[in-house]
Amino acid sequence: MPGTRPGMTNERPGRSGMQWFNIILQGVLIGGLYAMFAAGLSLIFGVMRLVNIAHGDLIVLAAYLALMVTHALDVSPLTSLLLVVPVMAMIGYTLQRGLLNRTLGDDLLPPLLVTFGLSIIIQNGLLELFTADSRKLQAGAIEVQAFQVTQGIWIGVLPLIQFMVAVSVIAGLETLFYRTALGRAFRATSDDQAVAQLMGLDTRHVFALAMALSLAVVAIAGVFLAVRANFDPAIGPARLIFGFEAVVIGGLGSMWGTLVGGIVLGVAQAIGAQIDPGWQLLAGHLVFLAVLAVRPQGLFPKVSG
Amino acid sequence: MRLVEHATPSSRIGVLLIGGALVVLAFAPYWGDRQTLRLLAEMFTFVALASLWNLLAGYAGLVSVGQQAFVGLGGYLLFALAMLLDVHPIAAIPIAGVIGALVAVPVAALIFRLRGAYFAIVTWVVAEVFRLLAAQISVLGGGSGISLPASVVQAMAPTRQMREFETYWLALGLTVLVLAVIVALLRSRHGLALTAIRDNELAARSNGIKVGRLKLAVYVVTAFGTSMIGALIFLQKLRISPDTAFGVNDWTAFVIFITVIGGIGRIEGPVVGTIIFFLLRQTLSDLGSLYLLMMGAVAIVVMLWAPKGLWGYIAERFSWQALPLQRHLVLQKEAGGKP
Repeated sequence: MPGTRPGMTNERPGRSGMQWFNIILQGVLIGGLYAMFAAGLSLIFGVMRLVNIAHGDLIVLAAYLALMVTHALDVSPLTSLLLVVPVMAMIGYTLQRGLLNRTLGDDLLPPLLVTFGLSIIIQNGLLELFTADSRKLQAGAIEVQAFQVTQGIWIGVLPLIQFMVAVSVIAGLETLFYRTALGRAFRATSDDQAVAQLMGLDTRHVFALAMALSLAVVAIAGVFLAVRANFDPAIGPARLIFGFEAVVIGGLGSMWGTLVGGIVLGVAQAIGAQIDPGWQLLAGHLVFLAVLAVRPQGLFPKVSG
Repeated sequence: MRLVEHATPSSRIGVLLIGGALVVLAFAPYWGDRQTLRLLAEMFTFVALASLWNLLAGYAGLVSVGQQAFVGLGGYLLFALAMLLDVHPIAAIPIAGVIGALVAVPVAALIFRLRGAYFAIVTWVVAEVFRLLAAQISVLGGGSGISLPASVVQAMAPTRQMREFETYWLALGLTVLVLAVIVALLRSRHGLALTAIRDNELAARSNGIKVGRLKLAVYVVTAFGTSMIGALIFLQKLRISPDTAFGVNDWTAFVIFITVIGGIGRIEGPVVGTIIFFLLRQTLSDLGSLYLLMMGAVAIVVMLWAPKGLWGYIAERFSWQALPLQRHLVLQKEAGGKP
């Protein structure tokens, strides 16, 4: 397959419409990953108004957990999810009960600074345990499998799985939020914590469950990140920023909005990378800032932040 | 007839002690070796950065994790002015401050659209954009960075020793200036407004304080100071690259650590915090990433169990203040007739 893809041998300076379509398609598929970064962030902000600065580092922690599981048990990365997801959810529950619940209140500083401290601890802890070498999860043959949609358009199997998982995760969260008792508890606590407590909800437990759910999504995102590209202990903050940008582009509080936000970001980066490799990240940030300038409430706003 | 007084006995002693310490520090080139001078100059820049962050986050409630944007901008402006426009490096420092403040105005217009914690992250995005843009400027070394040419360095002073003395005094002078401006601001009526915002933003607003305008002013003033300190830092280092100039660890994580440990929302906090930070660094830095890990843990413990920091604890326990900032109502004896 390599070499048969048009574009590799293309000598003309411009790109054909088909090639641009291909580039945008790849951007859309990566957007699914960004949407998963964003969904976990959006979830806990929605429930308890907490912005977790360590979110990106937790994604990287999940990637390293998956690395250990695949090595120790000799299973594929996708199978490792069966272990990584519950472990991350447990970490989330414990973290919220043991530490983060203490930071919640009217003051903005404690949650921000505690999660910032947490971010430094996770980064340097991973550095101590795994060194700064970049790693990657090997998924075997599936990594290079692709199928042809039409002449000149190829879709990788793994990016497609990743995108479909992202859509299912968001659909799942949406269903959970609006169709289940737990979702009702989340929404009640989000609307008015004091009244929710009066109605018999243990908000500390509800918050911990929300964080557990957030880190379960983080676990899925972390494993896909680790399969897709190299990772090292320092890449967390950039993932936090991508997730955050997707949340703001999509509109605060909207789950489907995070998917759109992730896709917009992915496409912007893919197009930027075609202009100049140095412009890949810059293009994403600039589109985010443009949305902030023109439509600060995001594309699909639900709650005001 | 004075009804409000700032000074207390402890602040009178504090001012005397600070004055004495400044005289000793000003003569450091006569009693300290090169190593000491360098360490002190680095400490001064951290005191200034932490004081500026403290003003921003501790008083105005603008918690930024992106002040490295202005440290790096100041550094790059120094290099650009000195190398491309032949400006004397010392003259370039205030110019960098002014440009930094000018850049802060449109940036604020954009990022003030987000509040609270999301504001914090958007400041980080801005710093990332600055870093990526700096990597695109090929005349300033692009992604790999550049050193200040020898001709520019020699223009500052003929000998290396003289140059080191010069940068030391610059660091001391600039830091004292930054602190003096902050003290003057806090003692002014705007300072009273800022303290009110710190304690309760809603109550401050309902008392007629124009919170938005004051926050913008603080953001721009902070950008001015931070850009100048950034220019100074890279004049000390003589080399700049996008990753060092816009590094979140050096210019934000350490600065936050210093302020939180020392005491956030108090002018003395950053000074106390810097001394602790450097004591820890001098003794524990061999531990590498473990040291940073411990730093993160200490910051969390302090934030949760001693949120006012070391100086906050001391100040409340003994009601000390090193600088005359609080306002005391002076009761007039001759006023007579009680209500």
